[in-house]
Amino acid sequence: MHPAPSVIVFTVLSGAGFGFLACLALGLLPVAGWMAFAAWGLGYGLAVGGLLASTFHLGNPQRALLAFTQWRSSWLSREGWTSVLALLALAPLALSDWLGLGLGRWIGWGGAGLCVLTVLCTSMIYAQLKTVPRWNHWSTPVTFFAFAAAGGAILAAPGWAAAVLCPILGACLLYGWQRGDGAFAAAAQTLGTATGLDRLGRAEVFEPAHTAGNYLLREMIHVVGRRHAAKLRVIALVLAAALPAVLVLVPLPGMRALAFALHLAGAFAARWLFFAEAEHVVGLYYGKR
Amino acid sequence: MTCLPAKVEKRLGLVIDLDTCVGCQACVTACKGWNDQGAGLSDQDPYGADPSGTFLNRVHSYQVRPEDGPAQVVNFPRSCLHCENAPCVTVCPTGASYKRAEDGIVLVNPDTCIGCGLCAWACPYGAREMDAVQGVMKKCTLCVDRIYNDNLPEEDRIPACVRTCPTGARHFGDLSDPDSAVSRLVEARGGYELMPDLGTKPVNRYLPPRKKGAAAAPALEPLAATGIAGWLDRLLGKI
Repeated sequence: MHPAPSVIVFTVLSGAGFGFLACLALGLLPVAGWMAFAAWGLGYGLAVGGLLASTFHLGNPQRALLAFTQWRSSWLSREGWTSVLALLALAPLALSDWLGLGLGRWIGWGGAGLCVLTVLCTSMIYAQLKTVPRWNHWSTPVTFFAFAAAGGAILAAPGWAAAVLCPILGACLLYGWQRGDGAFAAAAQTLGTATGLDRLGRAEVFEPAHTAGNYLLREMIHVVGRRHAAKLRVIALVLAAALPAVLVLVPLPGMRALAFALHLAGAFAARWLFFAEAEHVVGLYYGKR
Repeated sequence: MTCLPAKVEKRLGLVIDLDTCVGCQACVTACKGWNDQGAGLSDQDPYGADPSGTFLNRVHSYQVRPEDGPAQVVNFPRSCLHCENAPCVTVCPTGASYKRAEDGIVLVNPDTCIGCGLCAWACPYGAREMDAVQGVMKKCTLCVDRIYNDNLPEEDRIPACVRTCPTGARHFGDLSDPDSAVSRLVEARGGYELMPDLGTKPVNRYLPPRKKGAAAAPALEPLAATGIAGWLDRLLGKI
Protein backbone atom coordinates (compact mmCIF):
# COMPACT_ATOMS: atom_id res chain seq x y z
CA MET A 1 0.00 0.00 0.00
CA HIS A 2 1.13 3.54 -0.72
CA PRO A 3 2.52 5.05 2.51
CA ALA A 4 0.81 8.44 2.23
CA PRO A 5 2.59 10.91 4.55
CA SER A 6 -0.71 12.48 5.64
CA VAL A 7 -2.08 9.15 6.85
CA ILE A 8 1.17 8.22 8.60
CA VAL A 9 1.29 11.59 10.40
CA PHE A 10 -2.39 11.26 11.28
CA THR A 11 -2.24 7.77 12.77
CA VAL A 12 1.01 8.37 14.67
CA LEU A 13 0.17 11.78 16.14
CA SER A 14 -3.48 11.15 16.96
CA GLY A 15 -2.63 7.72 18.40
CA ALA A 16 -0.03 9.22 20.75
CA GLY A 17 -2.31 12.19 21.43
CA PHE A 18 -5.32 10.12 22.45
CA GLY A 19 -3.05 7.88 24.54
CA PHE A 20 -1.66 10.92 26.35
CA LEU A 21 -5.11 12.47 26.80
CA ALA A 22 -6.38 9.21 28.33
CA CYS A 23 -3.45 9.23 30.78
CA LEU A 24 -4.18 12.86 31.72
CA ALA A 25 -7.87 12.05 32.14
CA LEU A 26 -7.03 9.19 34.50
CA GLY A 27 -4.87 11.53 36.56
CA LEU A 28 -1.60 9.66 35.98
CA LEU A 29 0.21 12.99 35.64
CA PRO A 30 -0.96 15.43 38.33
CA VAL A 31 -0.95 18.84 36.67
CA ALA A 32 -2.30 22.24 37.66
CA GLY A 33 -2.29 25.82 36.41
CA TRP A 34 -0.21 26.61 33.35
CA MET A 35 1.49 23.24 33.56
CA ALA A 36 -1.96 21.72 33.06
CA PHE A 37 -2.60 24.11 30.16
CA ALA A 38 0.65 22.98 28.50
CA ALA A 39 0.00 19.26 29.09
CA TRP A 40 -3.62 19.26 27.92
CA GLY A 41 -2.63 21.60 25.09
CA LEU A 42 -0.04 19.10 23.91
CA GLY A 43 -2.56 16.26 24.07
CA TYR A 44 -5.19 18.22 22.15
CA GLY A 45 -2.53 19.47 19.72
CA LEU A 46 -1.34 15.96 18.87
CA ALA A 47 -4.86 14.58 18.53
CA VAL A 48 -6.30 17.48 16.53
CA GLY A 49 -3.14 17.90 14.46
CA GLY A 50 -3.33 14.26 13.49
CA LEU A 51 -7.01 14.50 12.59
CA LEU A 52 -6.37 17.59 10.45
CA ALA A 53 -3.47 15.84 8.70
CA SER A 54 -5.86 13.03 7.75
CA THR A 55 -7.95 15.44 5.69
CA PHE A 56 -4.98 16.18 3.41
CA HIS A 57 -5.27 12.86 1.64
CA LEU A 58 -8.93 13.44 0.76
CA GLY A 59 -9.90 14.25 -2.80
CA ASN A 60 -12.63 16.58 -1.55
CA PRO A 61 -11.76 17.66 2.03
CA GLN A 62 -14.45 20.37 2.00
CA ARG A 63 -17.04 17.59 2.32
CA ALA A 64 -15.31 15.96 5.31
CA LEU A 65 -18.29 16.59 7.61
CA LEU A 66 -20.30 14.05 5.59
CA ALA A 67 -18.01 11.42 7.10
CA PHE A 68 -20.04 11.63 10.33
CA THR A 69 -23.14 10.17 8.70
CA GLN A 70 -22.39 6.44 8.30
CA TRP A 71 -21.38 5.34 11.79
CA ARG A 72 -23.68 2.32 11.54
CA SER A 73 -21.44 0.57 9.03
CA SER A 74 -18.15 2.44 8.65
CA TRP A 75 -15.20 2.36 11.06
CA LEU A 76 -13.91 5.55 9.46
CA SER A 77 -17.15 7.32 10.30
CA ARG A 78 -17.13 5.88 13.84
CA GLU A 79 -13.61 7.17 14.28
CA GLY A 80 -14.81 10.65 13.39
CA TRP A 81 -17.49 10.47 16.08
CA THR A 82 -15.38 8.96 18.85
CA SER A 83 -12.53 11.41 18.28
CA VAL A 84 -14.75 14.49 18.38
CA LEU A 85 -16.73 13.15 21.36
CA ALA A 86 -13.49 12.34 23.23
CA LEU A 87 -12.15 15.83 22.68
CA LEU A 88 -15.46 17.37 23.82
CA ALA A 89 -15.86 15.05 26.81
CA LEU A 90 -12.40 15.86 28.14
CA ALA A 91 -12.77 19.63 27.84
CA PRO A 92 -14.36 20.16 31.31
CA LEU A 93 -11.56 18.23 33.03
CA ALA A 94 -8.90 20.08 31.04
CA LEU A 95 -10.41 23.43 32.02
CA SER A 96 -10.75 22.26 35.62
CA ASP A 97 -7.07 21.29 35.78
CA TRP A 98 -5.97 24.56 34.19
CA LEU A 99 -8.22 26.94 36.09
CA GLY A 100 -8.31 24.98 39.36
CA LEU A 101 -12.09 24.42 39.30
CA GLY A 102 -11.66 21.29 41.42
CA LEU A 103 -14.03 19.03 39.43
CA GLY A 104 -13.92 15.36 40.42
CA ARG A 105 -11.55 13.27 38.33
CA TRP A 106 -14.32 10.81 37.57
CA ILE A 107 -15.70 13.23 34.98
CA GLY A 108 -12.73 12.28 32.80
CA TRP A 109 -13.43 8.55 32.81
CA GLY A 110 -15.91 8.73 29.94
CA GLY A 111 -13.48 10.81 27.91
CA ALA A 112 -10.67 8.33 28.60
CA GLY A 113 -12.94 5.52 27.39
CA LEU A 114 -13.70 7.48 24.22
CA CYS A 115 -9.95 7.92 23.63
CA VAL A 116 -9.57 4.13 23.76
CA LEU A 117 -12.52 3.72 21.38
CA THR A 118 -10.97 6.23 18.98
CA VAL A 119 -7.75 4.21 18.79
CA LEU A 120 -9.85 1.06 18.29
CA CYS A 121 -11.79 2.67 15.42
CA THR A 122 -8.58 3.92 13.76
CA SER A 123 -7.04 0.46 13.90
CA MET A 124 -10.21 -1.26 12.69
CA ILE A 125 -10.18 0.83 9.50
CA TYR A 126 -7.14 -1.26 8.57
CA ALA A 127 -7.83 -4.50 10.45
CA GLN A 128 -11.24 -4.94 8.75
CA LEU A 129 -9.75 -5.17 5.25
CA LYS A 130 -9.69 -8.77 4.06
CA THR A 131 -7.97 -7.48 0.94
CA VAL A 132 -4.80 -6.74 2.92
CA PRO A 133 -3.91 -9.95 4.78
CA ARG A 134 -1.10 -8.30 6.76
CA TRP A 135 -3.62 -5.95 8.40
CA ASN A 136 -6.60 -8.29 8.65
CA HIS A 137 -5.76 -9.61 12.13
CA TRP A 138 -6.33 -8.89 15.84
CA SER A 139 -2.69 -7.89 16.20
CA THR A 140 -3.41 -4.66 14.28
CA PRO A 141 -5.68 -3.12 16.95
CA VAL A 142 -3.47 -4.53 19.72
CA THR A 143 -0.41 -2.84 18.21
CA PHE A 144 -2.28 0.44 17.79
CA PHE A 145 -3.31 0.21 21.47
CA ALA A 146 0.30 -0.54 22.45
CA PHE A 147 1.49 2.55 20.56
CA ALA A 148 -1.12 4.79 22.20
CA ALA A 149 -0.43 3.36 25.66
CA ALA A 150 3.37 3.56 25.36
CA GLY A 151 3.27 7.06 23.85
CA GLY A 152 0.92 8.31 26.55
CA ALA A 153 2.82 6.59 29.34
CA ILE A 154 6.20 7.98 28.25
CA LEU A 155 4.78 11.48 28.74
CA ALA A 156 2.42 10.98 31.63
CA ALA A 157 2.77 7.75 33.58
CA PRO A 158 5.22 6.77 36.34
CA GLY A 159 8.60 5.65 34.97
CA TRP A 160 8.06 1.97 35.79
CA ALA A 161 4.74 1.91 33.91
CA ALA A 162 6.32 3.38 30.78
CA ALA A 163 9.27 1.02 31.16
CA VAL A 164 6.82 -1.92 31.11
CA LEU A 165 4.63 -0.65 28.26
CA CYS A 166 7.51 0.08 25.86
CA PRO A 167 8.75 -3.55 25.76
CA ILE A 168 5.15 -4.68 25.31
CA LEU A 169 4.98 -2.41 22.26
CA GLY A 170 8.25 -3.92 21.04
CA ALA A 171 6.82 -7.41 21.42
CA CYS A 172 3.69 -6.37 19.48
CA LEU A 173 5.84 -5.01 16.65
CA LEU A 174 7.96 -8.14 16.50
CA TYR A 175 4.91 -10.39 16.50
CA GLY A 176 3.18 -8.24 13.87
CA TRP A 177 6.17 -8.45 11.53
CA GLN A 178 6.67 -12.15 12.10
CA ARG A 179 3.01 -13.00 11.46
CA GLY A 180 2.62 -10.37 8.75
CA ASP A 181 5.45 -11.77 6.63
CA GLY A 182 3.49 -14.98 6.13
CA ALA A 183 0.03 -13.43 6.09
CA PHE A 184 -0.32 -13.07 2.33
CA ALA A 185 0.67 -16.66 1.68
CA ALA A 186 -1.61 -17.82 4.49
CA ALA A 187 -4.55 -16.00 2.90
CA ALA A 188 -4.03 -18.37 -0.04
CA GLN A 189 -5.11 -15.99 -2.77
CA THR A 190 -3.14 -16.32 -5.98
CA LEU A 191 -3.42 -15.16 -9.57
CA GLY A 192 -5.20 -18.49 -10.07
CA THR A 193 -7.95 -17.76 -7.50
CA ALA A 194 -8.15 -14.07 -8.44
CA THR A 195 -8.95 -14.99 -12.05
CA GLY A 196 -10.45 -18.43 -11.44
CA LEU A 197 -7.99 -19.78 -14.00
CA ASP A 198 -6.54 -22.16 -11.41
CA ARG A 199 -9.21 -24.60 -12.59
CA LEU A 200 -7.37 -24.81 -15.92
CA GLY A 201 -3.76 -24.84 -14.89
CA ARG A 202 -0.97 -22.59 -13.74
CA ALA A 203 -1.71 -18.96 -14.58
CA GLU A 204 0.84 -16.23 -15.14
CA VAL A 205 0.77 -12.73 -16.56
CA PHE A 206 1.19 -12.76 -20.33
CA GLU A 207 0.76 -9.06 -21.07
CA PRO A 208 -0.21 -6.20 -18.73
CA ALA A 209 -3.68 -4.68 -19.06
CA HIS A 210 -2.13 -1.30 -19.64
CA THR A 211 1.40 -0.15 -20.31
CA ALA A 212 1.22 3.07 -18.27
CA GLY A 213 0.56 3.47 -14.56
CA ASN A 214 -2.83 3.85 -12.95
CA TYR A 215 -4.43 4.53 -9.57
CA LEU A 216 -4.34 0.87 -8.55
CA LEU A 217 -0.63 0.53 -9.22
CA ARG A 218 0.21 3.78 -7.45
CA GLU A 219 -2.06 3.26 -4.43
CA MET A 220 -2.13 -0.48 -3.80
CA ILE A 221 1.03 -1.89 -5.34
CA HIS A 222 3.76 0.23 -3.78
CA VAL A 223 7.01 -1.68 -3.91
CA VAL A 224 9.56 1.12 -3.45
CA GLY A 225 8.85 1.55 0.25
CA ARG A 226 9.83 -2.03 1.07
CA ARG A 227 13.42 -1.66 -0.10
CA HIS A 228 14.84 -0.81 3.34
CA ALA A 229 12.34 -2.80 5.37
CA ALA A 230 14.88 -4.71 7.47
CA LYS A 231 16.78 -1.57 8.49
CA LEU A 232 13.57 0.32 9.21
CA ARG A 233 12.35 -2.49 11.46
CA VAL A 234 15.46 -2.22 13.61
CA ILE A 235 15.19 1.57 13.67
CA ALA A 236 11.51 1.38 14.64
CA LEU A 237 12.12 -1.17 17.38
CA VAL A 238 15.08 0.71 18.91
CA LEU A 239 13.58 4.19 18.72
CA ALA A 240 9.92 3.44 19.51
CA ALA A 241 10.41 0.84 22.25
CA ALA A 242 13.95 0.03 23.39
CA LEU A 243 15.49 3.46 24.00
CA PRO A 244 12.40 5.03 25.60
CA ALA A 245 12.08 2.04 27.96
CA VAL A 246 15.52 2.88 29.35
CA LEU A 247 15.31 6.66 29.19
CA VAL A 248 12.11 6.89 31.25
CA LEU A 249 14.01 5.36 34.19
CA VAL A 250 16.85 7.91 34.05
CA PRO A 251 16.20 10.52 36.75
CA LEU A 252 17.40 13.53 34.81
CA PRO A 253 15.35 16.49 33.58
CA GLY A 254 14.22 16.38 29.96
CA MET A 255 14.52 12.61 29.71
CA ARG A 256 10.76 12.12 29.17
CA ALA A 257 10.73 14.67 26.34
CA LEU A 258 13.73 12.99 24.73
CA ALA A 259 12.16 9.56 25.15
CA PHE A 260 8.90 10.80 23.58
CA ALA A 261 10.72 12.41 20.64
CA LEU A 262 12.60 9.17 19.95
CA HIS A 263 9.39 7.17 20.39
CA LEU A 264 7.59 9.32 17.81
CA ALA A 265 10.46 8.95 15.34
CA GLY A 266 10.30 5.18 15.81
CA ALA A 267 6.53 5.24 15.47
CA PHE A 268 6.85 7.05 12.13
CA ALA A 269 9.25 4.37 10.90
CA ALA A 270 6.95 1.58 12.10
CA ARG A 271 3.88 3.19 10.53
CA TRP A 272 5.71 3.75 7.25
CA LEU A 273 6.42 0.02 7.22
CA PHE A 274 2.83 -0.75 8.22
CA PHE A 275 1.70 0.73 4.89
CA ALA A 276 4.70 0.03 2.67
CA GLU A 277 4.89 -3.67 3.55
CA ALA A 278 1.13 -4.26 3.30
CA GLU A 279 0.26 -6.15 0.14
CA HIS A 280 -3.19 -5.84 -1.44
CA VAL A 281 -4.70 -8.81 -3.27
CA VAL A 282 -5.43 -6.63 -6.32
CA GLY A 283 -1.69 -6.83 -7.05
CA LEU A 284 -2.30 -10.45 -8.05
CA TYR A 285 -4.05 -9.32 -11.25
CA TYR A 286 -0.87 -7.50 -12.21
CA GLY A 287 1.47 -10.30 -11.16
CA LYS A 288 2.83 -7.90 -8.53
CA ARG A 289 2.43 -7.50 -4.81
CA MET B 1 -26.79 4.95 3.26
CA THR B 2 -23.84 2.61 3.29
CA CYS B 3 -25.51 -0.28 5.03
CA LEU B 4 -26.25 -2.90 2.39
CA PRO B 5 -29.89 -3.38 1.42
CA ALA B 6 -31.47 -6.31 3.27
CA LYS B 7 -32.88 -7.61 0.02
CA VAL B 8 -32.37 -6.71 -3.61
CA GLU B 9 -35.18 -7.24 -6.10
CA LYS B 10 -32.84 -8.08 -8.96
CA ARG B 11 -29.18 -8.94 -9.32
CA LEU B 12 -28.18 -7.25 -12.55
CA GLY B 13 -24.71 -8.11 -13.70
CA LEU B 14 -22.39 -9.31 -16.41
CA VAL B 15 -21.40 -12.76 -17.54
CA ILE B 16 -18.02 -12.71 -19.27
CA ASP B 17 -17.02 -15.54 -21.56
CA LEU B 18 -13.29 -16.11 -21.30
CA ASP B 19 -13.51 -18.63 -24.11
CA THR B 20 -14.73 -16.06 -26.60
CA CYS B 21 -12.91 -12.91 -25.48
CA VAL B 22 -10.13 -12.03 -27.90
CA GLY B 23 -8.69 -9.18 -25.83
CA CYS B 24 -9.44 -6.50 -28.42
CA GLN B 25 -10.03 -3.82 -25.76
CA ALA B 26 -13.20 -2.62 -27.54
CA CYS B 27 -15.11 -2.87 -24.25
CA VAL B 28 -12.47 -0.71 -22.54
CA THR B 29 -12.82 1.93 -25.23
CA ALA B 30 -16.62 1.81 -25.38
CA CYS B 31 -16.82 2.07 -21.58
CA LYS B 32 -14.47 5.03 -21.50
CA GLY B 33 -16.36 6.66 -24.36
CA TRP B 34 -19.83 6.31 -22.86
CA ASN B 35 -18.78 7.26 -19.34
CA ASP B 36 -16.70 10.21 -20.46
CA GLN B 37 -19.83 12.34 -20.68
CA GLY B 38 -20.52 15.05 -18.14
CA ALA B 39 -17.86 15.09 -15.43
CA GLY B 40 -16.32 12.15 -17.23
CA LEU B 41 -13.24 10.08 -16.55
CA SER B 42 -10.15 12.25 -16.54
CA ASP B 43 -6.81 11.45 -18.13
CA GLN B 44 -3.46 12.82 -17.08
CA ASP B 45 -0.87 13.58 -19.74
CA PRO B 46 -2.76 11.39 -22.24
CA TYR B 47 -0.53 12.16 -25.22
CA GLY B 48 2.68 12.74 -23.26
CA ALA B 49 5.50 10.61 -21.97
CA ASP B 50 3.76 9.41 -18.80
CA PRO B 51 0.09 8.90 -19.61
CA SER B 52 -2.40 7.80 -16.95
CA GLY B 53 -6.14 7.79 -16.71
CA THR B 54 -9.32 6.63 -15.06
CA PHE B 55 -10.90 3.50 -16.50
CA LEU B 56 -13.80 1.39 -15.24
CA ASN B 57 -12.79 -1.70 -17.16
CA ARG B 58 -9.38 -3.22 -17.86
CA VAL B 59 -8.54 -6.27 -19.96
CA HIS B 60 -5.60 -8.39 -18.79
CA SER B 61 -3.93 -11.19 -20.70
CA TYR B 62 -2.79 -14.30 -18.89
CA GLN B 63 -1.05 -17.45 -19.95
CA VAL B 64 -2.34 -20.69 -18.49
CA ARG B 65 -0.37 -23.92 -18.58
CA PRO B 66 -2.58 -26.95 -18.06
CA GLU B 67 -1.02 -30.07 -16.57
CA ASP B 68 -1.47 -31.82 -19.91
CA GLY B 69 -1.52 -29.95 -23.17
CA PRO B 70 -0.04 -26.73 -24.47
CA ALA B 71 -0.21 -23.32 -22.78
CA GLN B 72 -3.01 -21.00 -23.83
CA VAL B 73 -3.64 -17.26 -23.61
CA VAL B 74 -6.74 -16.13 -21.74
CA ASN B 75 -7.92 -12.54 -22.08
CA PHE B 76 -9.49 -11.40 -18.86
CA PRO B 77 -11.72 -8.29 -18.62
CA ARG B 78 -11.85 -6.94 -15.08
CA SER B 79 -14.50 -4.51 -13.79
CA CYS B 80 -16.91 -4.11 -10.86
CA LEU B 81 -18.68 -7.38 -9.97
CA HIS B 82 -21.56 -5.61 -8.17
CA CYS B 83 -21.09 -7.85 -5.14
CA GLU B 84 -24.04 -8.80 -2.98
CA ASN B 85 -21.87 -8.37 0.10
CA ALA B 86 -19.97 -5.37 -1.24
CA PRO B 87 -17.18 -4.39 1.20
CA CYS B 88 -16.66 -1.12 -0.70
CA VAL B 89 -20.12 0.01 0.36
CA THR B 90 -20.00 -0.63 4.09
CA VAL B 91 -16.61 1.04 4.61
CA CYS B 92 -17.75 4.33 3.04
CA PRO B 93 -17.95 7.01 5.75
CA THR B 94 -20.20 9.41 3.83
CA GLY B 95 -22.85 7.25 2.21
CA ALA B 96 -21.55 8.11 -1.26
CA SER B 97 -20.95 4.44 -2.01
CA TYR B 98 -24.21 2.50 -2.11
CA LYS B 99 -25.95 -0.56 -3.45
CA ARG B 100 -29.36 -0.13 -5.04
CA ALA B 101 -32.14 -2.25 -3.58
CA GLU B 102 -34.07 -2.34 -6.86
CA ASP B 103 -31.41 -3.92 -9.05
CA GLY B 104 -28.29 -4.48 -6.94
CA ILE B 105 -26.12 -2.04 -8.89
CA VAL B 106 -23.27 -0.58 -6.80
CA LEU B 107 -22.82 3.13 -7.44
CA VAL B 108 -20.89 6.15 -6.15
CA ASN B 109 -22.59 9.50 -5.64
CA PRO B 110 -19.94 11.94 -6.91
CA ASP B 111 -21.52 14.81 -4.96
CA THR B 112 -20.95 13.23 -1.54
CA CYS B 113 -17.73 11.26 -2.14
CA ILE B 114 -14.85 12.81 -0.17
CA GLY B 115 -12.22 10.83 -2.05
CA CYS B 116 -10.78 9.02 0.97
CA GLY B 117 -10.04 5.93 -1.13
CA LEU B 118 -11.08 3.42 1.54
CA CYS B 119 -13.60 1.73 -0.79
CA ALA B 120 -10.83 1.03 -3.30
CA TRP B 121 -8.78 -0.50 -0.50
CA ALA B 122 -11.72 -2.70 0.49
CA CYS B 123 -12.32 -4.00 -3.05
CA PRO B 124 -10.33 -7.17 -3.85
CA TYR B 125 -10.91 -6.78 -7.59
CA GLY B 126 -9.42 -3.36 -8.28
CA ALA B 127 -12.79 -2.22 -9.59
CA ARG B 128 -12.50 1.34 -8.33
CA GLU B 129 -10.18 4.05 -9.53
CA MET B 130 -9.86 7.55 -8.10
CA ASP B 131 -10.32 10.35 -10.62
CA ALA B 132 -7.22 12.47 -10.15
CA VAL B 133 -8.94 15.67 -11.34
CA GLN B 134 -12.30 15.38 -9.57
CA GLY B 135 -10.98 13.74 -6.41
CA VAL B 136 -13.87 11.27 -6.33
CA MET B 137 -14.01 7.52 -6.81
CA LYS B 138 -15.13 6.12 -10.15
CA LYS B 139 -16.49 2.68 -10.90
CA CYS B 140 -18.61 0.68 -13.32
CA THR B 141 -22.23 1.84 -13.18
CA LEU B 142 -23.44 -1.10 -15.25
CA CYS B 143 -24.39 1.78 -17.58
CA VAL B 144 -27.34 2.64 -15.37
CA ASP B 145 -27.87 5.61 -17.69
CA ARG B 146 -28.32 3.31 -20.70
CA ILE B 147 -30.18 0.27 -19.42
CA TYR B 148 -33.27 2.25 -18.30
CA ASN B 149 -32.93 4.98 -20.94
CA ASP B 150 -36.15 5.22 -23.00
CA ASN B 151 -34.47 7.68 -25.36
CA LEU B 152 -32.23 4.96 -26.69
CA PRO B 153 -33.33 2.29 -29.18
CA GLU B 154 -34.15 -0.88 -27.30
CA GLU B 155 -31.09 -2.77 -28.56
CA ASP B 156 -28.87 -0.09 -27.01
CA ARG B 157 -30.35 -0.45 -23.52
CA ILE B 158 -27.50 -2.64 -22.36
CA PRO B 159 -24.08 -1.66 -20.98
CA ALA B 160 -21.79 -0.08 -23.55
CA CYS B 161 -19.19 -2.83 -23.13
CA VAL B 162 -21.78 -5.52 -23.89
CA ARG B 163 -23.19 -3.59 -26.83
CA THR B 164 -19.80 -3.13 -28.44
CA CYS B 165 -18.21 -6.54 -27.87
CA PRO B 166 -17.51 -7.87 -31.39
CA THR B 167 -17.28 -11.50 -30.31
CA GLY B 168 -20.29 -11.60 -28.02
CA ALA B 169 -18.12 -12.43 -25.02
CA ARG B 170 -20.07 -10.16 -22.68
CA HIS B 171 -23.61 -10.81 -21.54
CA PHE B 172 -25.89 -8.64 -19.40
CA GLY B 173 -28.93 -9.69 -17.44
CA ASP B 174 -30.60 -10.54 -14.15
CA LEU B 175 -28.67 -13.23 -12.33
CA SER B 176 -31.32 -13.55 -9.61
CA ASP B 177 -33.74 -15.02 -12.18
CA PRO B 178 -32.79 -18.68 -12.76
CA ASP B 179 -34.56 -18.61 -16.14
CA SER B 180 -32.78 -15.56 -17.50
CA ALA B 181 -30.46 -16.04 -20.45
CA VAL B 182 -27.41 -15.16 -18.34
CA SER B 183 -28.36 -17.57 -15.54
CA ARG B 184 -28.84 -20.38 -18.04
CA LEU B 185 -25.50 -19.56 -19.61
CA VAL B 186 -23.80 -19.71 -16.21
CA GLU B 187 -25.51 -23.01 -15.51
CA ALA B 188 -24.56 -24.53 -18.88
CA ARG B 189 -20.94 -23.39 -18.91
CA GLY B 190 -20.01 -23.66 -15.23
CA GLY B 191 -19.72 -19.91 -14.62
CA TYR B 192 -17.76 -19.02 -11.52
CA GLU B 193 -17.08 -16.22 -9.01
CA LEU B 194 -13.73 -14.53 -8.44
CA MET B 195 -12.09 -15.06 -5.03
CA PRO B 196 -15.25 -16.46 -3.39
CA ASP B 197 -13.30 -17.08 -0.14
CA LEU B 198 -13.32 -13.36 0.57
CA GLY B 199 -17.08 -13.48 1.14
CA THR B 200 -17.97 -10.65 -1.23
CA LYS B 201 -20.53 -12.75 -3.13
CA PRO B 202 -19.95 -11.22 -6.57
CA VAL B 203 -22.91 -11.07 -8.97
CA ASN B 204 -20.83 -11.13 -12.16
CA ARG B 205 -19.75 -14.53 -13.38
CA TYR B 206 -16.90 -15.69 -15.59
CA LEU B 207 -17.29 -18.57 -18.02
CA PRO B 208 -14.10 -20.67 -18.14
CA PRO B 209 -12.30 -21.24 -21.46
CA ARG B 210 -13.44 -24.47 -23.03
CA LYS B 211 -11.06 -27.38 -22.85
CA LYS B 212 -9.02 -27.35 -26.04
CA GLY B 213 -8.88 -30.65 -27.90
CA ALA B 214 -5.44 -32.19 -28.26
CA ALA B 215 -3.88 -31.93 -31.71
CA ALA B 216 -4.18 -35.11 -33.79
CA ALA B 217 -0.43 -35.67 -33.81
CA PRO B 218 2.43 -33.96 -31.97
CA ALA B 219 3.64 -31.00 -34.03
CA LEU B 220 7.24 -32.16 -33.96
CA GLU B 221 6.77 -35.79 -34.97
CA PRO B 222 10.18 -37.37 -35.74
CA LEU B 223 10.61 -37.00 -39.47
CA ALA B 224 10.97 -40.17 -41.52
CA ALA B 225 13.81 -39.14 -43.82
CA THR B 226 13.95 -40.65 -47.30
CA GLY B 227 16.42 -40.70 -50.18
CA ILE B 228 19.96 -39.46 -49.51
CA ALA B 229 18.89 -37.93 -46.23
CA GLY B 230 17.48 -41.31 -45.18
CA TRP B 231 20.69 -43.06 -46.16
CA LEU B 232 22.74 -40.50 -44.18
CA ASP B 233 20.36 -40.84 -41.24
CA ARG B 234 20.78 -44.61 -41.15
CA LEU B 235 24.55 -44.40 -41.67
CA LEU B 236 25.13 -41.76 -38.97
CA GLY B 237 22.85 -43.71 -36.61
CA LYS B 238 25.19 -46.68 -36.83
CA ILE B 239 28.43 -44.79 -36.01
